[in-house]
Amino acid sequence: MSIIVQNISKSYNKIKAIDAISFEVKEGELFGLIGPDGAGKTTIFRTLTTLLLANEGSATVAGFDVVKDYVAIRNSVGYMPGKFSLYQDLTVEENLKFFATIFGTTIEENYDLIKDIYIQIEPFKTRRAGALSGGMKQKLALCCALIHAPKVLFLDEPTTGVDPVSRKEFWEMLKRLQKKGITILVSTPYMDEAVLCDRIALIQKGSILKIDSPENIIKKYDKVIYNIKAKNRHQLILDLKKYPSQYSVFAFGEFIHYIDNSSTFNSIDLQHYLEKQNNTEIEIKIGNTTIEDVFMDL
Amino acid sequence: MTKEKIIEVHNLTKRFGGFTAVNNISFDVFEGEIFGFLGANGAGKTTAMKMLIGISNPTSGEALVAGFDVKTKTEMVKRSIGYMSQKFSMYDDLTIKENITFFGGIYGLSRIQIKEKTKKLVIELGLEDVIDKLVGSLPLGWKQKLSFSVALLHEPKIVFLDEPTGGVDPITRRQFWEMIYAEANKGTTIFVTTHYMDEAEYCDRVSIMVEGVIEALDTPNNLKTKYNVASMNDVFLKLARNVE
Repeated sequence: MSIIVQNISKSYNKIKAIDAISFEVKEGELFGLIGPDGAGKTTIFRTLTTLLLANEGSATVAGFDVVKDYVAIRNSVGYMPGKFSLYQDLTVEENLKFFATIFGTTIEENYDLIKDIYIQIEPFKTRRAGALSGGMKQKLALCCALIHAPKVLFLDEPTTGVDPVSRKEFWEMLKRLQKKGITILVSTPYMDEAVLCDRIALIQKGSILKIDSPENIIKKYDKVIYNIKAKNRHQLILDLKKYPSQYSVFAFGEFIHYIDNSSTFNSIDLQHYLEKQNNTEIEIKIGNTTIEDVFMDL
Repeated sequence: MTKEKIIEVHNLTKRFGGFTAVNNISFDVFEGEIFGFLGANGAGKTTAMKMLIGISNPTSGEALVAGFDVKTKTEMVKRSIGYMSQKFSMYDDLTIKENITFFGGIYGLSRIQIKEKTKKLVIELGLEDVIDKLVGSLPLGWKQKLSFSVALLHEPKIVFLDEPTGGVDPITRRQFWEMIYAEANKGTTIFVTTHYMDEAEYCDRVSIMVEGVIEALDTPNNLKTKYNVASMNDVFLKLARNVE
């Protein structure tokens, strides 16, 4: 096991940020912490990177204890915090050199590991980090987190606020790093990124609600989701919410995802009801479950 | 279409030195429409939006917002619009009530109006019990819902929302969009940016900016048909090359 977390809890004053969290990450695994703002993701990262002491519980990273062996952990992990934390007044190259030096290495020594990513920002290597675009900052931060060839990589919301194209590229980079044997713990509020992980923990309000592979989480979900569409979406949502046997109604891109709680549910009855409420161009069909559906039903 | 134009943009351009951030864009937004303004990071969305809300002067071209010229009538533009962003919404160190009073005052409402509005807003959002709590102590989702309502205090014709749902949990995100629908149904025009492509599907029309120009503008359905893909995410991936 690369990461073992046992019953970790942490409170800030009276607020419990994480409550008895336990999970394990295998060597070489790409493991995702999936949850919204305030779920406790950053607290977990800070505990595992030895920047924060938990109130209870224990954890090891790469075989080292997060309390006793903190120096060893700092040498064997890379951490990319959610907030951009490089030196804004140093250039791209200076930042990278700085991080290489404090870890007692050189850019040349581990260039292989960062080459893919660094090539994309190299044309701007004399630019100050503060003047980079969001996408480039993200790539530089990843290079700096990788420059000492860590065994475990911690990425706290690396794609928040990033557009879909850059997000896709970022995940492709992660997959390539994983192939090089690096264990990756990554957090994201984007549910569509969950399916790109080997296993995920769904987390909300400081507790883990579920741990499994994305495929299993979807497979084990036993409710039937109907994709429903009509001309006026707002009207449709309001009417569906008034349907007596409705279980949940959520907008999902083009369709509304509707779940019914009656065992005798019949989509034709629902169709008639919606027509009676003056909805037009109604379409009802069975849809596919996504991680986001499961998450919202936890 | 008999709808009135509420935003008219003609050849709007913004240059910073030798760099053209917004390059000759033209489009209209109609009254009561939910208009999605999409683009990759660095495509020029924020620059364009800043010109439309009257805080950045165009290099050339023109734009009318609620009938007012964004170059010469910036004060009237600001009075006609509401604005909320993920980065700045409200003062964390003020209570909910204080924030509403403050923004009501800024928007020029009278004391009586502010009192009435506060009461109505707090009941609608179910915040009666926490009205004297600091905004900083609220969960992000509540903050965003409150901040949307505050942006609507002065009953603007248009509200600009800059990534209003970033980082918000999936349920709150949808509740937020139900608030948007309700407001649009009342006739308010919604101008919104987002990185969630499922939200792009909720818009009446969507524009996609690439390298300072508007590369596509249509209803989500027409865009999907045109590019022969199943979702707005795929439309976006096809259009928005990564430009650094």
